[in-house]
Amino acid sequence: MPESVASLSDDRIRYLENLVSQARTAAAVFTQYTQEDVDRIVKPMVLAGLAQAQQLARLAIDETKLGVLEDKAIKNMVATEFVYNYVKDKRTVGAIREFPERGVVELAEPIGVVFSLTPITNPTSTVLFKCIMAIKTRNAFIFGPHPGAWRCCAEAVRIMYEAAVKHGAPEGVFTCIESPTLQDNAYLMHHKDVALIDATGGWGAVKAAYSSGKPALGVGPGNTPVYLEKTADLDMALVDIITSKTFDNGTICASEQTVVIDDEIYDVALRKFAELGAHICNPKETQVLGRTVIDPENGRMQPMAVGQKATDIARLVGLSVKPDTKLLIAPIQGVGREYPLSAEKLFPVLAVCRARSVDEALKLCVDVNHLGGLGHTAVIFSRDDEIIRKFGEAVNAGRIIVNSPGSIGALGGVYNDMVPTFSFGCGTGGGNSTMDNVNVYHYLNIKRMAWRTQAHMWFRVPNQIYFNMNAVENLRDFSSRSTIVVTNPALEQMGYVDIVRRYIPPQTLVKVLAIPDAEPEVKVVTQGVEALNFYKVDQIIALGGGSVIDAAKIMKLKYESPEADLEELAAPFLDIRKRVVQYPTEKVNRVRLIAISTTSGTGSEVTPFAVLTDKERGRKVTLADYSLSPDVAIVDPQFVMSMPKRLTADTGIDCLVHALEAGVSIHASAYTDSNAMQAIRLAFKYLPIAYENPRDEEARSMMHNAACIAALAFSNASVGVNHALAHAFGARFGVAHGRANALMLPHVIAYNASVPTKFMPSPNVRGYIAHKKYATMADLLGLGGVTVEEKVARLLEATEQLLDRLEIPRSIAELGISRDEFERAMPELAKNAFDDPSWRSNPRMPLVSELVELFWSAYRGRGQAKAAGASRQPTEMEVCV
Amino acid sequence: MNTDRPIDGLQQALENLDGARGEVVLDFSGRQRIDPGDIQAMEKLAAAADEKAVKIVLQGVNVAIYKVLKLAKLTTRFAFAA
Repeated sequence: MPESVASLSDDRIRYLENLVSQARTAAAVFTQYTQEDVDRIVKPMVLAGLAQAQQLARLAIDETKLGVLEDKAIKNMVATEFVYNYVKDKRTVGAIREFPERGVVELAEPIGVVFSLTPITNPTSTVLFKCIMAIKTRNAFIFGPHPGAWRCCAEAVRIMYEAAVKHGAPEGVFTCIESPTLQDNAYLMHHKDVALIDATGGWGAVKAAYSSGKPALGVGPGNTPVYLEKTADLDMALVDIITSKTFDNGTICASEQTVVIDDEIYDVALRKFAELGAHICNPKETQVLGRTVIDPENGRMQPMAVGQKATDIARLVGLSVKPDTKLLIAPIQGVGREYPLSAEKLFPVLAVCRARSVDEALKLCVDVNHLGGLGHTAVIFSRDDEIIRKFGEAVNAGRIIVNSPGSIGALGGVYNDMVPTFSFGCGTGGGNSTMDNVNVYHYLNIKRMAWRTQAHMWFRVPNQIYFNMNAVENLRDFSSRSTIVVTNPALEQMGYVDIVRRYIPPQTLVKVLAIPDAEPEVKVVTQGVEALNFYKVDQIIALGGGSVIDAAKIMKLKYESPEADLEELAAPFLDIRKRVVQYPTEKVNRVRLIAISTTSGTGSEVTPFAVLTDKERGRKVTLADYSLSPDVAIVDPQFVMSMPKRLTADTGIDCLVHALEAGVSIHASAYTDSNAMQAIRLAFKYLPIAYENPRDEEARSMMHNAACIAALAFSNASVGVNHALAHAFGARFGVAHGRANALMLPHVIAYNASVPTKFMPSPNVRGYIAHKKYATMADLLGLGGVTVEEKVARLLEATEQLLDRLEIPRSIAELGISRDEFERAMPELAKNAFDDPSWRSNPRMPLVSELVELFWSAYRGRGQAKAAGASRQPTEMEVCV
Repeated sequence: MNTDRPIDGLQQALENLDGARGEVVLDFSGRQRIDPGDIQAMEKLAAAADEKAVKIVLQGVNVAIYKVLKLAKLTTRFAFAA
C-alpha cells in the first residue's frame, strides 16, 4: 500500500474493505449467470436510467455547477439508450464468437472486481454507462466518483443497482464510495481483490491508475484539433462546431479546441461564426482570456472555467459580449505553450488559427494534437477525400471525426457508426492501454479455444506423364513454333537428341542448347534465357539427368518472369503455404516444359525442385515451388539403357531413399504412401537386376518408373534426415548424392525406428508411427517377421544386403577419409546438416548431437546401425496410431 | 440440506454443528447455483466448524459453484466429495 493511505482511519478501512468484500462475493456469484440472465437484467436497468435521465442531470448540475442541464440529460440518455442499442445483442457470456472455419471459439471470462473512477465533467452519464458495462460483462464495480460529484454519482449507482438486483443481479454488484478521497482511491487501487482499475477522468486519476501496478483501463484528456478546409460545407461545419463546443458547455473531452482554417475561407468563417452567436475576440481580449482561463504555470485550463457558459467566462475575464453569446472565439497565431489558448479548454472558448496551405494546416493540427491531445480525437471538415486521408494519417487520434461534431461524434452512435461510449481510449500516445471507444469487450477476459486443425494436404504432379519404352514418341502431340532442347554434350553425342528431334512436329523450329553436365551455374542459366528470348521459344525440352532438367526449370522461370530474383526465391521456409516469398504468377512469356529423364534417380522430371550453383558466391541455391514442375514428363527407358553401373547404383539408391523418406515423412498421406510403397517394391526388386544386367529392359524400365513414382511421393511428402546428412556430407567430401545417401541409409532407418528424443511438432503427427511404416514396407517386400521390431530389423537387413549387392562402400571410412579428417569436418557437417531444410519433414526431430552420432555411425559403417540410436523401438503402449 | 433454499440448509447445519462430531456432509448435488447469502452463510459455517474442530464436506458441488467458492476463497475451508 502507498504511504498516502496511512492517514485512513480504521473505520474508513473497514468501510472500504466491506465494499470490496461485497463486490468480491457478487463477482464470484455472477460467474454462474447465463447470457439470458444478464440480458434480463440490463434492459430494466436501462429503462430505470432513462426514466431518471433529467433528474440525474439536475443533481449533477446542482452538485458540480458545471455544464448545461438539457445537455446532461441528453448525455444520460445516450449513455443508456444508445449504449443499450449497441450492447443488447452482443454476446458477453460463454462463447461470444465462433470461427468454425478456423476451429477457434472465443469465450468470455469476467474480470471480477473493478474499481471505477468517474469524472466530474460527465458524472452520471459515465456511471450509467459503466453500470451497463458491469452487468453485461458479469463484473462487480466499486465506483470512485470525483469528490465534487459523488452525490449525483451515488444516486445514479443506486438507481441502477436497485433495478439490477430487482431483476436478479447479485447483491453487492455495484457500490459507490461516499465522500471519496484520494486516499480511498489509493487504498482500492492497491487492494489485492481489485482486479482492474477503470479510470475515466483527468490525467492525475489516469496516471495514478497506471502507476498502481494493477491492470488498468485509464482513459484521459485530449486536445482536439479541427481542420476547416476550404472545400468544406461551411454552413454545416460552423453549426456542427458550435453545437459540439457548446454541448454541456464543452465538458466532453472530445470537443473542439483549436480550429485551423484555410486562408481562403478564414474571414468568411469568422464572420459566419459571429452571425451564429460567437464572439470573436480581438487580440487584446484573446491575450486577457488566455492569461485568465489557462494556468500560466502549467499550461492547463483553470478549473473555475470548466463547464461554464461563454457569458460567464466573459464576465469573469472582463470581456464585453452580447448576452446571447454562445462561444468565445480567440484567434491565435500559432500553437504551443506561448499560445495558451491552444491547450485543452473544457468550456466554450475556441481558438482559431489561419493556415495558408494544406501543409501548414496539417502541421498546425499535428501541433495541437501533440499539445496534450495525443491519441484522443481530431476533426476535419472537407469535401476533398485526399486531404481527409492525409489528415487521418497525420494526426494520432483514436477518433478522427469527418464532417461532424467532435464531442457528440466521438461518443459514437449519433453522427456515425462508432461504438457508443463515455470512455475514450487514447492509446499509448495518451498513456492508455487502448485507443478504442471503451466498450463491453474491454471489461472481459476473452479466452480463445483453438481446436487442432488438420493441415491441408495436396498431391500435385505434372499434368501428363508418359512412360515405358518409346514414350518419347508422344512428343508428336505437342505443337510448337519454336523449341529449344536443353541437354548436355555427352547425350547429344550419344544420339539422344536425334531421337528426340525425330518426334518433334516438323513445322517446329528446333535449336539445341548443350550445357555442362553439372549442377547448373548462374551464367549457364543466363545464357539459356538469352537463347530462349532470341528464338522466342514456346517449348523447352529438357533431355538429361537432374542437372539438365533443373537448369531448364530455372531457365523457364527466368524466361517467363524476368524480374524473378532467384536469391530471394530461395529464401528458406517452414511451410510452403505460409512462405514469405511467393513465386511470380505474372508471366511475360508462356512456355511448355517437357522433361525427359536420362537417369533413374532424381525424378526431377516431375519434381518442383531445382538446384542452382552460384560459383561467384560459392553457394548453392535451392528453389522449390510447384510452378517449377515440368508440364510434361517422359519416362522412356531407352534413354537409360546405357547408364554406367555405378551411376545405376547411385541413382537407384537415391530413388529408394526418396521413397523410404517420403514413406515415413510427417507429410506422408495415403496418396504419397501408395507411390512410396510401390517405388520401394520396384527398387528392391529391379535395382539389383538393372545393376547386374544393364541391358535388362524390364529392370531398366521398372527402375525408371520407380524413380518417377518415388519422386511423385517425395514431391508431396518431402524427404528427411537422410537427405540432410547426405547433402552436408556429399558437399564436404565431393561424394555423389546417391552414394552419400546410401552411406547414411541404414543408420537413418534405425534412427527413425526408435523412440525419438524429440518429436516433430506437426498437426499431421497423430502418434509416432515411423517404425510401423517401416514394418509395413517389410511386409510389402515379404521379408517376414512377426513383431514390428522384427520387421524393422528385417528391412534394415534387406537394405544392407541391397547396398552390398550394389557394391556400395560399407562405410565412410572405406572411401579413404581418415578419422582425423572426418573429426575435423564434423562441426561443419553437423551445422550444414542441421541447416538443411530436408529434415523438417523427418518423423524424428534430430538434435545436433544425434546428427553427429549418425555421421559417426555411417563412418563406422553398416552393421553398426543399431548402436546409433535404435537401441529400443517404441512399444505399443508408447505410441498412438 | 434443503436444496431449494440452501441458505436454510446451511443455517440448519450451523445450528447442528454443536452436536456434530468428526465431519458433517452437506449435499449440494441438487443445487445449480449459490447466491451472496449462501456465501455469507458458508463463511459463518466455516468459521464455526474451525472453532469446533468439525470437518465439513461439501458433496456433489458442480463446477460452476466450485468456481464461485474458489473466487470467494472458500475452497480451502471445506473438504469436497463427489
